[in-house]
Amino acid sequence: MTVHHIVGASVPRKEGWDKVTGAARYVDDMTLPGMLYGATVRSSAPRGTIKNISFASGVDWNDFVIVTAKDIPGKNCIALILDDQPCLASETVNHPEEPILLLAHADRHKLRKAVEAVSIEYEPLPPVQTMEESEQQSTIIWGTDNTFKSYLVEKGNVDSVWKEAAHIVEGEYFTGAQEQLYIENNGVIAAFEPESGVTVWGSLQCPYYVHKALMALCGLTEEKVRVVQMETGGAFGGKEEYPSMIAGHAALLAIKSGKPVKIIYDRMEDMVATTKRHPSRTRHRTAVSKEGKILGGEIEFTIDGGAYATLSSVVLSRGTIHAGGPYYWPSVRIRTKAVATNTPPHGAFRGFGAPQSLFAMERHMDRIAQVVGISPVEIRRRNFLKPGQTTTTQQVIREEIDLNHLLDRALELSDYAAKKKRFAEENKTGPLKKGIGIAAFLHGAGFTGSGERYLNSLVGVEADADGNVRVLVSSAEFGQGTNTVLCQIAAEELSLPYESVAIAQPDTTVVPNSGPTVASRTAMIVGKLVQSAAKGIKQTLTKTGVLGDEYTAEQFRAACREYIAARGALKSYARYEAPGDVFWDDEKYRGEAYAAFAWAVYVAEVTVDLTTYSVTVDDFVALQEVGKVLNPVLAAGQITGGVAQGIGFALYEKVVWQNGRMINNQMTNYIMPTSVDLPPIRVFFEELGNVHGAHGAKGIGELPMDGPAPAIVNAVDDATGVPFRSIPLLPEDLFEALRRESLEQDALSSARGTL
Amino acid sequence: MNPSPETGAKCEVLFTVNGEAKKVLAYPMERLLDVLRHDLKLTGTKEGCGEGECGSCSVLLDGMLVNSCLVPVAQASGASIVTIEGISAHALMRPLQESFLGCGGAQCGICTPGMILAALHLLEKKPEPTLADIQEGLAGNLCRCTGYMQIFEAVARTARRSVAE
Repeated sequence: MTVHHIVGASVPRKEGWDKVTGAARYVDDMTLPGMLYGATVRSSAPRGTIKNISFASGVDWNDFVIVTAKDIPGKNCIALILDDQPCLASETVNHPEEPILLLAHADRHKLRKAVEAVSIEYEPLPPVQTMEESEQQSTIIWGTDNTFKSYLVEKGNVDSVWKEAAHIVEGEYFTGAQEQLYIENNGVIAAFEPESGVTVWGSLQCPYYVHKALMALCGLTEEKVRVVQMETGGAFGGKEEYPSMIAGHAALLAIKSGKPVKIIYDRMEDMVATTKRHPSRTRHRTAVSKEGKILGGEIEFTIDGGAYATLSSVVLSRGTIHAGGPYYWPSVRIRTKAVATNTPPHGAFRGFGAPQSLFAMERHMDRIAQVVGISPVEIRRRNFLKPGQTTTTQQVIREEIDLNHLLDRALELSDYAAKKKRFAEENKTGPLKKGIGIAAFLHGAGFTGSGERYLNSLVGVEADADGNVRVLVSSAEFGQGTNTVLCQIAAEELSLPYESVAIAQPDTTVVPNSGPTVASRTAMIVGKLVQSAAKGIKQTLTKTGVLGDEYTAEQFRAACREYIAARGALKSYARYEAPGDVFWDDEKYRGEAYAAFAWAVYVAEVTVDLTTYSVTVDDFVALQEVGKVLNPVLAAGQITGGVAQGIGFALYEKVVWQNGRMINNQMTNYIMPTSVDLPPIRVFFEELGNVHGAHGAKGIGELPMDGPAPAIVNAVDDATGVPFRSIPLLPEDLFEALRRESLEQDALSSARGTL
Repeated sequence: MNPSPETGAKCEVLFTVNGEAKKVLAYPMERLLDVLRHDLKLTGTKEGCGEGECGSCSVLLDGMLVNSCLVPVAQASGASIVTIEGISAHALMRPLQESFLGCGGAQCGICTPGMILAALHLLEKKPEPTLADIQEGLAGNLCRCTGYMQIFEAVARTARRSVAE
């Protein structure tokens, strides 16, 4: 038997050649005969009752297919968790840019004018535009209390810790909305035939989410809905739930017209109408001993969910569980809620609530260090979680993670101590102030708590008579490397060359439901199932006597041929089974929140220019423990890409709201990092392994989103001595905060003068 | 929605695309991007932002790197245009594509055709680029997936390989 080292090797990405030659097929590259182009008429009001819809003259409306809520054959909702979001608003609108009416025409040039020629009159209703207004509940816009979901996590007895505390440290922290900004906008094509039903081809992360939504919307049975994922040009969570909406729209137009319909958003429509990262507010009140040990604390975490529930409850859950960071809390009370506002719903974006609550935790740790009078390094050392201790949800840390070791190594790699000393000296003069900051954090892999049990994922592997193996999963490739690592895992298990294993295009008529491609679950959980399914193929061949325990690729091929000739199709399936020793209490929000955590310490070095108020990140060290690294090049690419998005989250990307609508919905004025804006991002891995993951892999995709923002703002604090509490921190925000700070200093010195 | 400049009458535009003479009937203000993708079925050129910020629609127009979303097709009359589909014969192309694959320079792939054309354009001007040259040369092409590090490495590797040969 040949020794294989496919897992752990940087084999090239499966669909890579198509991507570098321009041959890869994205949905907008596809055309069907007789296809129409669709467009969406959206609300201009943040909240109101629709009084009248009129169609201006000057447009030949007979040439257009027009769809309103009345044309919906099934239920007017985007089926997801609570089914509260309509596919098309019929009587009331609850946010700007809410879809109301759909148009389609064979000539795409005619659509823009037609959309503008539809006018909608509203009876305005008072909108709620901030979390604070929503919490006041003077206007109720959702349910009975504007609250989509709330959680309470309790551990120990927080009420008793305050009297023992040497210090009580309070802080309030904010994070803004962030646009996923995948470079390929949302798009789908839908076709309808009365006999076969609806087929949708699209740019999406979760084929079976779209499948479920279309069944409800179109009133069709399972077999009459087919969803096919095309090559997808980036997603980052932004194509988790919204594709169900745009697919629904195209399907309605296709059903009404009997023709295929393509809807492709342009950048402005994509940015103004689709989901973004939830804005957040976190309040910490922490009891700390004289030595800087956390005794206990209260954390309040609130996120803005926008107008409909969508995924807010799940985003809130992850934010809640990560709110205590990688620290040991003897006692803690975490109260969290997701509230409604009249903005487009916020949704999934890499990190999914954790970057928000971890930003607050890591800024707060630096704040505690200052109050106690110890360094940012020391405060973390004294509070890190250790094996055998429990998290805020009372999950016992079973793996041998040594966070002090990770911290030491990150400090060494970043030359932290020497830089800290040098900057303190150099910052005494001149307008350039340098600083260095740390963030320590963790990220849970897979669905939270009992989530994976409910998903009940199924994975298949099949082989043909020529010994070609194909992996069958609904897990989608959108740049992160799904195709490649799943093929690596199958090839390794079957002792075959990487080239002999392919992955099926996700098509709900071909692949089983391996769950959504989210939550850093693919390599770890789906990967493990691929491994078992591949093992099933091998066992089938050995048990029927056509293959020995050790074999060459040639013998495998011969065995497949023999088996298929005698018995027919060679397929093996594996279904998720929850580990037996894992318990989770959904009521008390207590127990084993995740099968595995990835751990990290990031260090950012910055220069703050007090002439231009700009912040430049000069160096970035990203050290993480992610279990087994299945493909080093792809894994490093996940980290550098996540760090770049994290730098954008901290310093560049600001959504500007006006009456609940994003008004800078262009790449010209919503700025993401370019090739000249980033420091060297230096990536390092530690590999402890993980019993629950394929070959010891843990999740990796979301982790790098969590650390950059707090590390950078801690560094800016180090450089300037100003305790910034909000991101994004653009030059104008820095200017404003420094101005306020100097006013406070002036007020303080004049107050002292009068004493 | 981006403006659809459907006003006025369509006109005939003659140009060379990937070495072949082409004649299209289009609105004079129609974007070169749309003519390439819709009329000529050259879908390797991608739309990202429609306003010249992201570079996904980069093509070479008379040897210059341009955003085809900003070029009215009438302005391309008589020009020689090269898209990702028409450049495989270029000596640097295969090494560049292999380096992108090996270094992880392509993730979701949507920026990749434009990025590769920008890299090629840079390497033609500067066969031995510094890191700053690479950063500058690719500054008009946005990538949301990679954080650029592996793209820089791919371009640097291609330069090292071609200089060594």
